[in-house]
Amino acid sequence: MEWRRPGQTWKGVPVSGVRVLVGTRKGAFVLSSDGKREHWEVSGPHFAGWEVYHVKGSPADLDRLYASQSSSWSGQVIQRSDDGGVTWEPVGNKFSYDGVPGTHQWYDGTPHPWEFARVWHLEPGLDDPDMVYAGVEDAGLFRSTDGGQQWQELPGLRTHSSGPSWQPGAGGMCLHTIILDPDEPNRIFTAISAAGAFRSDDAGQTWRPVNRGLRSEGIPDPGAEVGHCVHRLAMHPARPSVLYMQKHWDVMRSDDAGESWREVSGNLPTDFGFPIDVHAHEPDTIYVVPITSDALHFPPEGKLRVYRSRTGGDEWEALTKGLPQENCYVNVLRDAMAVDSLDSCGVYFGTTGGQVYASADAGDNWAPIVRDLPAVLSVEVQTLP
Amino acid sequence: MIRVVLPAHLRALARIDGEVELSVAGQVTQRSVLDALETRYPMLRGTIRDHDSGKRRAFIRFFACQQDLSHEQPDVPLPPPVAAGAEPYLIVGAMAGG
Repeated sequence: MEWRRPGQTWKGVPVSGVRVLVGTRKGAFVLSSDGKREHWEVSGPHFAGWEVYHVKGSPADLDRLYASQSSSWSGQVIQRSDDGGVTWEPVGNKFSYDGVPGTHQWYDGTPHPWEFARVWHLEPGLDDPDMVYAGVEDAGLFRSTDGGQQWQELPGLRTHSSGPSWQPGAGGMCLHTIILDPDEPNRIFTAISAAGAFRSDDAGQTWRPVNRGLRSEGIPDPGAEVGHCVHRLAMHPARPSVLYMQKHWDVMRSDDAGESWREVSGNLPTDFGFPIDVHAHEPDTIYVVPITSDALHFPPEGKLRVYRSRTGGDEWEALTKGLPQENCYVNVLRDAMAVDSLDSCGVYFGTTGGQVYASADAGDNWAPIVRDLPAVLSVEVQTLP
Repeated sequence: MIRVVLPAHLRALARIDGEVELSVAGQVTQRSVLDALETRYPMLRGTIRDHDSGKRRAFIRFFACQQDLSHEQPDVPLPPPVAAGAEPYLIVGAMAGG
């Protein structure tokens, strides 16, 4: 998710272009275009051969980017760029849980020690380019205040009383979503697969689950306080009390900052999916990519369709122009959708088949920027001068 | 000088061309060589052995003189040809993955 308010300038210059930051299974790519978003310059692969789970820019300094680079061989590396992704420098990669980390449940229900695996998501601070949060697997939240050199855990989340009961989702027990509230500086939302959504109102020191109203038939108590496989949360910065959620099954909405949720899946062909995002200028316009089921991670009927609701959920329309409508069996992962904030809102998503699609008109028409990248793990957008 | 060969992805990370030559004070062991390597290239910390425990990462192997030293204790002296600089100490990515 990326946002900048409409009409915004950067260093006194009106914004007029975009930079799409793409993380893939085999490196990172930077896709750049002017405001028309018709012709693209592609740079990469950066960190070739490594998995890049996420690349994200600081809203406080467009030249400052952070990237999460990892491999099964050599573990985690964090890269930082101070020139918009032209050059990169490795920064700190030591993610040590605070104290004795204890256990969560393993797939078979036995206690399993918390073990760091990788950084799934990097969320730069809203005002300070040296502040950045990291959501990791096994689920935990870390923060750096020195541009990524040193990382400290905010242990209140992992040590929540429900922690020993958390179980990994199929992709691992990952903290994959971090949303900073622009109106309440101490409020942070996170989501963990498969524990659920959590909120802190004291800058990450203490946390509580915010999952009331979720129902998950795949867990013993479908309405439990924790244990839900939340795939993604989204917020419009102009209306931070409204949250949207793509759950394992079900698209959900909260109008009270997560205190309660209601289902808004409406007429979607299936309410399974991974990403969800919000139009840059219309807080009630939201996007999802329906996926057939938890067993069939590809679009229904082989047709790649983004669904848009202009009513904050419940009523959805299929967006298909420019997207493959036959023989398409890719997936779109949870961090692989983003919006820009040019006057005509751009929407972007990447697929496990290596395509990155862009729409310069809020989803009405789509075209691929690139077709043959490695499987796309994440897509972010910066709106540029 | 101790000669060290790194796998391609770690050479790229540390921006190293070819072999690394390290001066190691005292006894030449796997630990002292890796300490010297990480001192010169701090970005390699955590990529070969765990930050906290110092244990070799599961998919990294250590070879020298046609021997697999991966399971040797870290303070055992390396073979004399490695200590003399005649043979390199090889840090290898295990054959796995895709």
